[in-house]
Amino acid sequence: MNKIITLSLLLISLSVQALTPAPSKKPVDKIFINANIHVGNGKVLKNAQFAIQDGKIVRAGHYKMPYTGKEIDLKGKHIYPGFILANTNLGLAEIDAVRASIDGKETGQLNPNVRSIVAYNTDSERIPTMRFNGILLAQTTPTGGLVSGTSSVVQLDAWNWEDAAIKTDDALHVNWPAEWANRFDWTTFTMQLKQDKKYQKKVDDIKNLFKDAKSDTGNNNVKLNAVKQVLNGKKNVFIHTNDPKAIIESIRYFQSIGVKQPVLVTAQGIEPVIDFIKKADIGVILTSTHALPATSDSSIDKAYAVAGKLDNAGVLTALSYPGSMSSRNLAFTAGTTVAYGNDKATALSMITLNPAKLLGIDDVYGSLEIGKSATFFISEGDALDMRGNIIQEAYIDGRPIELHTRQQKLYERFKDKYQN
Amino acid sequence: MKLKLKPFVLAALACSSSGQAASIPTDVINGNVDDRNTITALTNATIHLNADKTIEHATLLIQNDRILSIHAKSNHKALTNAVVKDYSGMHIYPGFINLDSDVGLPEPNKREPFKWGGPETINSTTKGAYNSNEAIKTSYDAAKHFSTDTKNNKKLRAAGFTNALSHRKDGIMRGTAVLSHLSDHPEELNMVVAKAAQHYSFDKGSSKQDYPISLMGSVALIRQTWLDAQWYKQQNEMHDFDLAAINANKSLPKIINTTNWQQTLLAKTIADEFGTDFVVKTSGDSYQNLAAIKASEQTLIVPLTKPKAPKINDELDAWNISYRDLKKWEVAPFNPALLEKEGIEFALVPDDSAKGLDTFLKDLRNAHQHGLSEKTALRAITAIPAKILNNSELGELNKGNFANFVVTTGPLLAEDTLIAETWAAGEPYTIKGLPVMNAGHYQLAYGNDLYEFNLMNEKGKLKLAAIDEEDELKYSIKTAGNFATLSISGDEVNHDLFGMIDNREFIAVDNGDWKLQKMGPVKNDKDAEQSKEKNNKDLPSIPSPFAAYGMLDIDDEDSVLIKNATVWTNEKDGILTNTDVLVVNGKIKSIGSDLSIGKNGRKIDGTGMHLTSGIIDEHAHIALLSVNDIAVNSSMVRMKDAINPHDVNIYRNLAGGVTAAQLLHGSANPIGGQSALVKLKWGVDHPEDLLIEGATGFIKFALGENVKRSRNQESIRYPLTRMGVEQVYRDAFTQALAYEKTWTDYNKLSSGAKKKTTAPRRDLVMEATLEVVNQERMISCHSYVQSEINMLMHVADDFGFNVNTFTHILEGYKVADKMKAHGVGASTFSDWWAFKWEVNYAIPYNAALMHNAGVVTAINSDSAEMSRRLNQEAAKSIKYGGLSEEEAWKLVTLNPAKLLHLDDRMGSIKAGKDADLVLWSENPLSIYAKVVKTMVDGVVYYDRDKQAEIEQMIADERSRLITLSKNSKGPKAPFKTKPMKTYECESITGHHNIDQHFFTGAIK
Repeated sequence: MNKIITLSLLLISLSVQALTPAPSKKPVDKIFINANIHVGNGKVLKNAQFAIQDGKIVRAGHYKMPYTGKEIDLKGKHIYPGFILANTNLGLAEIDAVRASIDGKETGQLNPNVRSIVAYNTDSERIPTMRFNGILLAQTTPTGGLVSGTSSVVQLDAWNWEDAAIKTDDALHVNWPAEWANRFDWTTFTMQLKQDKKYQKKVDDIKNLFKDAKSDTGNNNVKLNAVKQVLNGKKNVFIHTNDPKAIIESIRYFQSIGVKQPVLVTAQGIEPVIDFIKKADIGVILTSTHALPATSDSSIDKAYAVAGKLDNAGVLTALSYPGSMSSRNLAFTAGTTVAYGNDKATALSMITLNPAKLLGIDDVYGSLEIGKSATFFISEGDALDMRGNIIQEAYIDGRPIELHTRQQKLYERFKDKYQN
Repeated sequence: MKLKLKPFVLAALACSSSGQAASIPTDVINGNVDDRNTITALTNATIHLNADKTIEHATLLIQNDRILSIHAKSNHKALTNAVVKDYSGMHIYPGFINLDSDVGLPEPNKREPFKWGGPETINSTTKGAYNSNEAIKTSYDAAKHFSTDTKNNKKLRAAGFTNALSHRKDGIMRGTAVLSHLSDHPEELNMVVAKAAQHYSFDKGSSKQDYPISLMGSVALIRQTWLDAQWYKQQNEMHDFDLAAINANKSLPKIINTTNWQQTLLAKTIADEFGTDFVVKTSGDSYQNLAAIKASEQTLIVPLTKPKAPKINDELDAWNISYRDLKKWEVAPFNPALLEKEGIEFALVPDDSAKGLDTFLKDLRNAHQHGLSEKTALRAITAIPAKILNNSELGELNKGNFANFVVTTGPLLAEDTLIAETWAAGEPYTIKGLPVMNAGHYQLAYGNDLYEFNLMNEKGKLKLAAIDEEDELKYSIKTAGNFATLSISGDEVNHDLFGMIDNREFIAVDNGDWKLQKMGPVKNDKDAEQSKEKNNKDLPSIPSPFAAYGMLDIDDEDSVLIKNATVWTNEKDGILTNTDVLVVNGKIKSIGSDLSIGKNGRKIDGTGMHLTSGIIDEHAHIALLSVNDIAVNSSMVRMKDAINPHDVNIYRNLAGGVTAAQLLHGSANPIGGQSALVKLKWGVDHPEDLLIEGATGFIKFALGENVKRSRNQESIRYPLTRMGVEQVYRDAFTQALAYEKTWTDYNKLSSGAKKKTTAPRRDLVMEATLEVVNQERMISCHSYVQSEINMLMHVADDFGFNVNTFTHILEGYKVADKMKAHGVGASTFSDWWAFKWEVNYAIPYNAALMHNAGVVTAINSDSAEMSRRLNQEAAKSIKYGGLSEEEAWKLVTLNPAKLLHLDDRMGSIKAGKDADLVLWSENPLSIYAKVVKTMVDGVVYYDRDKQAEIEQMIADERSRLITLSKNSKGPKAPFKTKPMKTYECESITGHHNIDQHFFTGAIK
């Protein structure tokens, strides 16, 4: 059945090979039974019923009464909330080595007013590869400088960025410097840990930006205007740093100016300050699970195990994936953490409900609960495992989305070539 | 010329105690001749003729710049015509020789900042008939550029040096060194040997030419240049001053400067190839791999390095401090003592840092306190350097030798001993000066009272101190010129004794009622104990490899029985449940049920677990010191020259189930370097111990964007297009065949005819390229798009050989049928794409498509990170393309073994094969699988069950070292951990961000 569909799609698509698929127009109503529903909040409902209507979830669980309509039996299969890829340059970068195709990093140090949403390319070839592995939402995020700019949350099936946006200008991204940082030493031709003599100045530059925004009475400075949205609670702050001291300093600073729950985007450097994070009641996004241990004497599992440690300490944690070229592997990083101390359902939450909470979209997305958006996919097996992550259908706001795109078409084309 | 010398002659006059300047025989004298030939006698001294022989109360007679004689007892006859000077209490040592100096030489040119960005510099920029590589500077004759440098000579003499071997520290072959006296005599007299040694390094220094930029490139350049020198002797086509100089200076000792112990061992490898020897200047890090250094049997020149304690402000800093930095700080001071213990011959030189000379004596004492014996210490700065230079006139105090010696106020390595004078070429130079009085235990008789105290020379001043702790009297002495006042004060006593110091005795001017008498050496029981304590510093444990995970003990037992596991055989039997595998002496003996091993044999219970053959990474850059060189044809470069067996990534990869890997050259060139095929054995000493014996030779080729320098807009290097890339190959293979013919023709000649014919020049580039054409060396070719893949197969077909492997090959799926027909295998990424233009059409189905088309297909990493989870990468071929689990698993085991021609020994679980085995917690293709044990040749190199223990051990050792460092009194350095390098194909520096800049040309 599946094959027939793909072959017919192949025929249609031969002439439009170079195009990303057209977004689907309307939400559909569906009823699934006998599904394993991975809610995203830590619960798994076995052999359960799942129904969507008008783009919303209307049933998720066990019901005595059947829902009106045609039931689709998903025996042995799994329903997951769409995965959420936080902190990514998806839509802003097409080919890493081709500068013309890169839009994620503006020049200059203080760019609070720069907005990723206007550069977000809904036709990026990278987007379908995410969907194929279950990623249906993303936070498209600028990088670079001390204040990189403002991110937005998008859904991954859209005609244009206005369609794509589900939360425009959700957060301001600040790269807090570290006093000691790796720098390339030209005399020895090695990377060395060196003291940043401009550390204090850089920190002051960030602080002054917020201070001046607070005291600014005019409306003529676009940078300060962008910062004011943080001060009046319209957008959050994401702090990017992987240095324990910078983590403490930056979080204390933002909380002191009234940003109650900034989000920390970090990596292995968080380990020594987990207690502090817990007390500060801060959520964390880990950028790279598939990474080498920070130092040669670190535990060989260090990068794999941080997620589990944070969860054990009670820190709300989400996983992310650097860049976007390989970010389709997000689910497998979650799976990897399970082998190193994380709970399986928690690992799933780390790429669904937890990032939804940190991005402030958990009222609508992130878990399969009644009333929330019908943004989910059906997988033949365990979606956190390479062997099980075989996605049959995916829906965003109840709209079925195309999964069979350029990479699949190329596959079929050459498979066909060699078979004949 | 002579006019220029005059200031030196005057300078010599000014500080010469004899008032007689050494003069140049051929010089014109403005005035009257004043050659005196004065004989100077230094009497009553303790003379250390050499490290083994010391004479007390001896006399040293000097005439001009030579030792006239040495007498054990006062010999009045000998003193008859001599100017006698009393040196009682003084020790005289042979003058120290600094083998690693550049004193008197002009500063070399500054190192060029590396620019991978702008236009390349492909040829030498040196004008004239010099070597075609700018880093070869063998014709540089330091003697011709040498001038007496009074300022730096003074500094060297202050540390006890009387002679220096000076070479210009620039280039890979640096030319000859001059051996000089450190007196202020003019050059004509100061030069002892104009060409005393020839110097080498692996560092190209100020050369502006691109090649070589890697360690293995430097080695290749040394090899080729030495071969060229041999050829140069009998050719008459060209002139090259540098090649001529190599031949002319052949008999001189060769000294090579190395910056790590891997290079120290590498020096031995090259020397052996050419039947010669290097004396190796190390960086003082031999303690990191003593066993291998000892086995190399080289004479070393060792700097007295003393790393500062890492500065740790607080707990939050500590996370950034590496164990290696801490451990280096702890162990480095023991380096000379360890070398002594191992019986390694070495000379000592000051630390390389700017202050190394100032602290030389202190550092030498520190080495002594860390276990270096006094004799070896002395030998290492006198006799050994002289021996290295084959010089019998220096290094010992013998009749007829140069009058180069050091006068000290006590035994050289005693804490409070000062250098009083340094005599160079018979010329005395005052350092701290002879003491006004000799230190010792003195007795003062004053009337009927006797007082006893110690007299010491501290920083050139006299100091008195009570001997007995209970003595409440205060003793002091105040000097003014040759007069002094000695005071004794206490409750009931108050004496001020005025006197004069004459011939180091304090005497009453008026023949008064007191007399001071020296009773013996300074008496102080406490000090003696303290210094004894200092001399008994315990040798800390030294991990091997020198890394935190080097603390692991690896049991070399290589027989084991694994019971009751699910065994993935990769053979016809497929996956067997509840099966035993017996390993005997590193080989798989049998597979079956109810197998047994002797009573004491090691057993591993595999119940509930999966046993597979080890993962083989076809494309790795771990365990290497550098990856890329940049000659368009770099086939002469050998990765085995740059292996680092101490790279922690070996251990980490074992923890990911990897047991073997091909260490590949990078992709900067159409023809890259020769691969090293290794087994991951954590803990071996010598880089060569990692190599797989008898493995087929491989070489890296590369196509596409990297070799055409696509990301450097200013590149001028041929080729800049895929069209040019093809022609690079056609040209190289054509030239290689022509090269072969030249040699065949030559070898056919009769021996008589050969004598009349110039032998062809041996060319290592052509030799390696020829191996490729002759199918003796297999290609692993970095490739992406279908056109270039197709192209190389055609070129190979035209030259009658096969391409062995296309690596990366992300568009292989488009030409899989052609690949199958050519017989080439594929080693690809599971799902990488979109990182550059040429991978835009890469699809994750690539592996499955090629595999299904009958191409031997593997999945590789090209990354120290990804190689730790190649099992996951293999499993993706189930998702993308629907391979069966068995097929998927072979992508990272049997198939890479086939591609590397290792499948007769590795890649499956079969009786007779190497026991490279991995035990997994569950199905190895599961995302939840963990490696439980990894065996290479039957030895368990990684054991998950021991991981908690070793991590605890590392944590404990770290906190011990951090505490030690915090409590240490010495100077501290800001922590400076160098993050580890991780290499991939495009690596130059090993740091991705910086390499990106090189490739994009952002940094110039």
